[in-house]
Amino acid sequence: MYQYDEYDQRIVDERVAQFADQTRRYLGGELSDDEFRPLRLQNGLYIQRHAPMLRIAAPYGNLNSKQLRTLGHIARTYDRGYGHITTRQNIQFNWPRLEDVPEILGLLANVQMHAIQTSGNCIRNVTSDPFAGVAADERVDPRPWCEILRQWSTFHPEFAFLPRKFKIAVNGAAEDRAVIQVHDIGLDIVRNAAGELGFRVLVGGGLGRTPIIGEEVAAFVPWQQILNYCEAILRVYNQHGRRDNAYKARIKILVKALGVPEFARQVEAEFAHLEDGPSTLTQAEIDRVASRFTDPVLSPLQADAGYRARLAEDKTFAAWARRNVREHRVPGYASVVLSLKPHGVAPGDLTAEQFDAVADLADRYSFGEVRSTHEQNIVLASVREADLVALWQDARAIGLATPNIGLLTDIISCPGGDFCALANAKSIPIAKAIQERFDNLDYLFDIGDLEINISGCMNACGHHHVGHIGILGVDKNGAEFYQVTIGGQQGNEAALGKVIGPSFAAAEMPDVITSLINNYIDHRHDDERFIDTVRRIGVEPFKTRVYAERGARQQAGEIAHV
Amino acid sequence: MSDIIKNGRIQADDWTVLRLAEGEEAATVALPAGRVIVPLALWQARRDALLEQARAGAVGVWLAGDDDPTALAADLAALPVIAVDFPKFADGRGYSLATLLRTRHGYTGALRAIGDVLRDQFFFLLRCGFSELQPRAGKYTAAQLEAALASLRDFSEPYQGAVDRPEPLFRRQPRRPLAREAA
Ligand code: SF4
Repeated sequence: MYQYDEYDQRIVDERVAQFADQTRRYLGGELSDDEFRPLRLQNGLYIQRHAPMLRIAAPYGNLNSKQLRTLGHIARTYDRGYGHITTRQNIQFNWPRLEDVPEILGLLANVQMHAIQTSGNCIRNVTSDPFAGVAADERVDPRPWCEILRQWSTFHPEFAFLPRKFKIAVNGAAEDRAVIQVHDIGLDIVRNAAGELGFRVLVGGGLGRTPIIGEEVAAFVPWQQILNYCEAILRVYNQHGRRDNAYKARIKILVKALGVPEFARQVEAEFAHLEDGPSTLTQAEIDRVASRFTDPVLSPLQADAGYRARLAEDKTFAAWARRNVREHRVPGYASVVLSLKPHGVAPGDLTAEQFDAVADLADRYSFGEVRSTHEQNIVLASVREADLVALWQDARAIGLATPNIGLLTDIISCPGGDFCALANAKSIPIAKAIQERFDNLDYLFDIGDLEINISGCMNACGHHHVGHIGILGVDKNGAEFYQVTIGGQQGNEAALGKVIGPSFAAAEMPDVITSLINNYIDHRHDDERFIDTVRRIGVEPFKTRVYAERGARQQAGEIAHV
Repeated sequence: MSDIIKNGRIQADDWTVLRLAEGEEAATVALPAGRVIVPLALWQARRDALLEQARAGAVGVWLAGDDDPTALAADLAALPVIAVDFPKFADGRGYSLATLLRTRHGYTGALRAIGDVLRDQFFFLLRCGFSELQPRAGKYTAAQLEAALASLRDFSEPYQGAVDRPEPLFRRQPRRPLAREAA
């Protein structure tokens, strides 16, 4: 991963000092709540249901073992013994004390980490493909570009107080695993007909209250100009984005209001002034940033006989390998996903001991590095095939080898009403109840690829719109209810799910999922995934089934009164 | 008299910022005595009458977040000061306005941040080309304002180019690749 130089280090150190002073002034009454709020948010600090919540940046998901151990230490010392991987590849702690935050930031700075711009109305942590640099289908490694964007956006003086939060994602592979279509700016690294590198630029995607798929505003921006082009977009947004209504303040609303052609025209007009200006990137800078990524140099290895043999004779291992092991671009290596979704645990949670243990696994098997994923799991990017069995055994011992990656129980969920002050309803208990209902692995394998996303409110931190099954917490006369969508999808074919009908009580949710799954199984063609069946036959048959079976249950008096 | 921050120091200042109260008209409102910074609408309504006073250093203009700086393009040389108003410190339009005045329109005169100007924004304001910072009236005691000067220097080597330092860090400083560093 990227190694800081003296300048990177100085900036995070100066940030720690700045925030320590701001916190001191706040606690001393010199800064009001309103004045302190944006300052602490731009340091990832929320005031939540129970305590402040601190969100720490994992730039485009990259973490090393030293950092993981520091996170474990923070979980143990300042939290209640666990932390949480977010849907934007960051790490959250739910119980730190405000007074301790400067000290925590100091510990983080010691291991080249920070909480800069993980919240607030500014440019947020840039996200990307967790398999960057190792994926077989990669065109260009997105990480140096992410880092260049991270540096450009860090304390950008013009864009520190935008109308609303601003998220950038970068993809460099054939399959978009960075969900660029639902970001404020989605950058797709491409080559033009002449073979030159550049960016296809999407703008105005986003979930939340008004989910919109981003649209292309430029088919090809030469790589040298990408910061200039982003600056043009941000300037148009900073000046003209709405500030009168937080719900209409995202750039997607501006793009919608102006229309894509007019928005693109304004950006082009601004870009015309910035093109070839001082922020124009140089090959030397790209090479320098790339050189600071400490990637191992891997040469192809022979296929490992022990691994193949184990696959053939050990069904449990084979099941794990099938779901949690991915092809690597170098023969003889694989990428491994550690599942943070054991059934019955809050999705994405890691205990302090697990942080330490994952650090050990990284050191032992994957060159001391891991990546967090927006699906809230952890990737060991480069593992020798010959080590897979040993890694599997070690991961099992710490409860991170559930063979469910991409399956129904690999649920993406926001913290919801258990932690989040904005929630309409709880998310985690719904995830757990569904995991308990579908606890049979053979059945899960038979159901196959299925993504369930849960958000506790319209802010859509659980990305429910793009879940094959999306679950959204809603408030119905003060009671917690859940609205269900199906047909959403992330990736190249990104699509927003459709609501199937009236919402459900919490206790009904496992039954609702069962009805959806049964309908899928009755209608699916060979090897057809849930999402493909939904696309082929439409929402209607699912809807009919769900509400018919619900009616039957109600008549049978099975449903708890709510 | 109020205090402003200029050239890294606290200085007494005698400009009055005129804001139109409800019912007051830009065309007719009486100007206060002394040096005055008027809203853009007033300037536009009474430009001919005020131009001489501006040239004499007694009238400046302030812009609101949604004002178009192009409106002052012809007057940049005549104005002794242009101010940009921050109705709330979290309203960041003024940063783009200042940047545009400096980079697009080539304004080199005094550029002042007024309104809800707080120390935790000083660093960003300076970077966007403001040369005078007028903290919100009554916000800081003398001692607090003195301490607030530290915020002008929150970060010593920012990454990106801006008005104060147009070149980004990778052009300003030799940043080394990792391999050579290790060797
Ligand atoms: S979706 Fe709503 S409830 Fe869930 S974390 Fe986001 S704001 Fe909180």
